[in-house]
Amino acid sequence: MKKLVSLFLILVLAFFLTTALDQGLDFWHSPSQLDAFRMSNAFVQNDVLGEGGALVFGESKNLESGSANIVTSIVVDYRSFDTLGEITVLFLSALGVGLLMGSGVRTTLRSGFILKTAAKMVAPLMLLTGIYIFTHGHLTPGGGFPGGSMMATAFLLHYFGSDTVKSNLKPLKWIESTAGALYILLGLAGLFVAGSFLQNFLPTGTLGHLVSAGIIPLVYVLVGLKVGSEVSGIVADFSKTEVVS
Amino acid sequence: MSILLVLEWIVGIVLIIGAVACVVTENIWAAIVRLSLLSMLAVVAFALMRAPDVALTEAVIGSGLVTFVFVVAIKKMLPKENENEETR
Repeated sequence: MKKLVSLFLILVLAFFLTTALDQGLDFWHSPSQLDAFRMSNAFVQNDVLGEGGALVFGESKNLESGSANIVTSIVVDYRSFDTLGEITVLFLSALGVGLLMGSGVRTTLRSGFILKTAAKMVAPLMLLTGIYIFTHGHLTPGGGFPGGSMMATAFLLHYFGSDTVKSNLKPLKWIESTAGALYILLGLAGLFVAGSFLQNFLPTGTLGHLVSAGIIPLVYVLVGLKVGSEVSGIVADFSKTEVVS
Repeated sequence: MSILLVLEWIVGIVLIIGAVACVVTENIWAAIVRLSLLSMLAVVAFALMRAPDVALTEAVIGSGLVTFVFVVAIKKMLPKENENEETR
């Protein structure tokens, strides 16, 4: 029964793959005739300036991907599936660290007075800066990955700055899995609303506003939360020592 | 020659010197600190080359998390000379 089910799943996957690839496998036309349908060509000849001429910060509306930061619009709009893959890679590495080192006892470094005092003051500011970086990912440099890592660094500072932190990591795992699932649900919403996975289906708004660029801020908030909680989990797992019995 | 170009040359040369200094040192903790300083210089280089996104990521990962990973890994691998320092 199990083998039949897996055979059926493989057949369904093969059917989808062949039908998806079928659009690219056209043997009846010459390459020059096919050029107009190729994806990369469409992007190369794309006119980002819109109909009204030059882009104006704070005034241009209804752009294709209304992000002021071109890197962000590539990373989470045109190549969003790639970002999903990157997050999966990070998740697998967190899983590996957790499996190998997660069962130990917490290491306590003997932290000095300066570290203890500074951690209390600096860690909240770092957390806030991280949140700022990933919520403004579509306007300013940075985004989910640096913002999340900055949050994880704040966690690291807090973890080593105080001896009395409880190592209860349940909320971190919860945030991580919820953010990952919501990212995929957002992609599926794009599939059902606009026709392809992770497509930007919300209105893009005015260039340069905080609420603009469709799903890009939502995706970056999710990516930031996921990366932050995941790297914090890696930090906490990595700093455990094995119990030698 | 503009001032930015001079700065780029200075940062590039110091990057190479720092990388060599990081490799040739005998003390492993000094090597880690030099690696961290090297990544801060790389942040300046990225910012000069107008890649602020990469500069931010390098600043967070290179100087924070990579240093942490090296310090903890080496602390685990070295034989424990003074027991009262790290474990409980």
